[in-house]
Amino acid sequence: MNEIKENQAEELSDDMKVIDEVTSSEYKWGFVTEIESETAAKGLNEDVVRMISGKKGEPQWMTEWRLKAFRYWQKMEEPKWHNVHYPQIDFQDISYYSAPKQKPQLNSLEEVDPELLRTFEKLGIPLEEQKILSGVAVDAVFDSVSVATTFRETLKEKGVIFCSVSEAVKDHPELIKKYLGSVVPYTDNYYAALNSAVFSDGSFVFIPKGVRCPMELSTYFRINSQETGQFERTLIIAEDNAYVSYLEGCTAPIRDTNQLHAAVVELVVLDNAEIKYSTVQNWYPGDKEGKGGIYNFVTKRGACKGKNSKISWTQVETGSAITWKYPSCILQGENSVGEFYSVAVTNNMQQADTGTKMIHIGKNTRSTIVSKGISAGKSNNSYRGLVKIGKNAEGARNYTQCDSMLMSDKCGAHTFPYIEVENNTAKVEHEATTSKVGEDQIFYLNQRGISSEDAVNMIVNGFCKEVFNNLPMEFAVEAQKLLAISLEGSVG
Amino acid sequence: MNSKDFYIDSFKKFESKLNGESKLFIHQLRKEALKQFETSNFPTQKNEEWKYTDVSPIVRQSFIPAVNAVQVSFSKEEVGKYLFKDVDCHLLVFINGLFSEELSLINELPKGVVVGNLRNLSKENPGSIEKYFGKLSKIENSFNSLNAAYSVDGLVAIVPDGKIVEKPIQVLYLNSSANEEVLSSPRNLIVAGKNSQVSVIANYRGVSDKSYLSNNVTEVFVDEYAVVSVYKIQNELDEAYHIEKVQAKQGKNSVFNHYNIAFGGAIVRNDINAVHNGENIETHYYGLYMINGKQHVDNHTFVDHAKPNCMSNELYKGILDENARGVFNGKIIVRQDAQKTNAYQQNKTILLSKSATIDTKPQLEIFADDVKCSHGATVGHLDEVSEFYIRSRGVPQELAKSMLIRAFANDVIETIKIEPLKEQINHMIFEHLHKIEVNNE
Repeated sequence: MNEIKENQAEELSDDMKVIDEVTSSEYKWGFVTEIESETAAKGLNEDVVRMISGKKGEPQWMTEWRLKAFRYWQKMEEPKWHNVHYPQIDFQDISYYSAPKQKPQLNSLEEVDPELLRTFEKLGIPLEEQKILSGVAVDAVFDSVSVATTFRETLKEKGVIFCSVSEAVKDHPELIKKYLGSVVPYTDNYYAALNSAVFSDGSFVFIPKGVRCPMELSTYFRINSQETGQFERTLIIAEDNAYVSYLEGCTAPIRDTNQLHAAVVELVVLDNAEIKYSTVQNWYPGDKEGKGGIYNFVTKRGACKGKNSKISWTQVETGSAITWKYPSCILQGENSVGEFYSVAVTNNMQQADTGTKMIHIGKNTRSTIVSKGISAGKSNNSYRGLVKIGKNAEGARNYTQCDSMLMSDKCGAHTFPYIEVENNTAKVEHEATTSKVGEDQIFYLNQRGISSEDAVNMIVNGFCKEVFNNLPMEFAVEAQKLLAISLEGSVG
Repeated sequence: MNSKDFYIDSFKKFESKLNGESKLFIHQLRKEALKQFETSNFPTQKNEEWKYTDVSPIVRQSFIPAVNAVQVSFSKEEVGKYLFKDVDCHLLVFINGLFSEELSLINELPKGVVVGNLRNLSKENPGSIEKYFGKLSKIENSFNSLNAAYSVDGLVAIVPDGKIVEKPIQVLYLNSSANEEVLSSPRNLIVAGKNSQVSVIANYRGVSDKSYLSNNVTEVFVDEYAVVSVYKIQNELDEAYHIEKVQAKQGKNSVFNHYNIAFGGAIVRNDINAVHNGENIETHYYGLYMINGKQHVDNHTFVDHAKPNCMSNELYKGILDENARGVFNGKIIVRQDAQKTNAYQQNKTILLSKSATIDTKPQLEIFADDVKCSHGATVGHLDEVSEFYIRSRGVPQELAKSMLIRAFANDVIETIKIEPLKEQINHMIFEHLHKIEVNNE
């Protein structure tokens, strides 16, 4: 009996080696495209902000708004309450603008730099293929300027606006004036202020009354040029009875210097409307010693302004040296619904401090939080969430579940849930568990002829299933692949 | 004069009364603590650990340290009203944190066991105390240093290896003053040697028209295979401020039970910390806070799982009515070595009124992989369906509510091992509920 056990243990440890090899694999999507890009000198001052605004040909009011944000940012202090560690960022050592040199607006894909197109192909999203096959309109962001936007014609017929923010500033100033900064004002936090001052570009989506967006909208982010911070700004507005599903996904090439990414995403949802926002994030996590990798400090927030409105955030976070973000919902309208589904995977020296905020203000508002954290290697994974039930949120309801899985004895899993309830008719539930992949579970699957590697894969996929089920089809496939690559097992 | 300067100033007066005592080791510690107090500040809400508790009402007032205040005297009969009856126990009574010999009754103890008060023992037997005093509780904020600076008296229980103190030790902390706002600073020390057992009932009561600040620090040493239970029942006045920090250190195979039953005060803050220093340790925390009016109760608990094969179990329940505010922060750290840890934590709160508020933060920080940890937190109101069910059996609404609340509280109460204490706490809950009902009408 003992012998058998020993044999199994040996087998297991052999499998673990295989798993370790897989886990320690190099970042698969790393490569640098050589495209001539126009990069601003390092440093940040009012002139740089004016230069960015000028480069984009922005009207006076926009420049003023940026400057206001910049002046406010100068007075702010870097936040320190997070559970991540990184060397002090020198904000004067970053270049705040980088654009591929080609400037004029393009009408068709043929006009796009072939080098750029090849980059997207390597990433597995050939634009032309996607255009025809998947029915997904792609607003490709290469570094900071949108270079190609597809399917705009189809969307135009429906009245949907899907363009870059800089175009929207020119073409739809009334919408930008009304909504930009309405959910995340530049006074919100340090990185939101920085973003407001220097944001280079991003996506703008407007779904008019009663329109159900005919396709899933998607942006592929890609950070290129070395040492360029990327400051994206996304604004999505769904008017009454509208619906849109928006996908965001990212990969970035290997490099040594840390890159700062401070994006802001704002969602506005009016009566009976719904926005579904899905993210797959796989930026360069740094090498095994934690060298390099991207700092991903993002402010994402949606406001359910209307009755019966709904926001659903789904995220799969596998990349970045540091992920620090809390996609949040302000549930203002009666009966509005907020959802947050998250899988955060950290390996090697990665750090993640992520979660959500559900602010219940309106009556009968409901929210669901499902967060799955997986830590491997020497990484640290934190869930930090706030559920706040305001005084007038009669009958509000929240259900939170955050589970962590530990894959090595050197990693960490942490939960910091804040629950603040000011209304007695509210019902709030919070549950959290921490566990590891059980040897008995692996053994059970081994018994059925499944290798340890596959077994671990199955168990982890099962662990994350609740979240993957909420991803759109295309993303669900990609997410599973990513998960498999980031950590097939590493049970130690 | 602000309160900080007042406490620094009062120290001189306190020293002048000490005579010979000022040469004792303990006074050197007090002086050091005062120095720390001078350079530190009271916590503000900017401090994450004090985010939901605003102590400025405490800081605004200058409470006269009990050693400088007019002592109030009580008869045995008067004190008797505040005791838990029918508990066969050793009794120590502290008035405003100062020991009252004539009201106390310490029965025969097993050989070598020391049960007494800090002031006398630090004169008679300073060696036994010096070994432990201040070794666990590090000064983290001005409340801690204020306690240490004025640490004149408090419970001392030292149980040597292999001894069992059969009868629980009941300690009555009675705060009372006619005209002054008094600061009492009990400093408690519980030491349980290897294979020893001891239980302490810490009974906090107030009879004063004036507000007062009870600022406590309790150090608990639980050596290998020892079992220590602390039952804290805090039933003070609506004007009272109460702060306590419990710092426990456990050796292998030891058990530490801490009960924290709070009926409130203007501001009540408990910090209950246990550090594991060995394998197979058990830590149990039970809490019940039942508050109304404008009361504020903040419970911070912490278990530091530093070694493998240990378990911790925590159950905190809150019942909040009127404008009461509850805060719960339960932190569990499982360090890298602490494999095979089992850690469970639950915080459940019922809000009985529209304006009651709860802020709860169950927090896990885990660095070991082979562990089972879970925490749960719920906030809700009384279930209408259950209430309807009881009423449909002919029970009046008020009683139905009270039944549901008592059932909710019972999960905590039923684990109390001292039978008469359990009964009397149940009775206190009933009284408390009754008061609430009367107030509502």
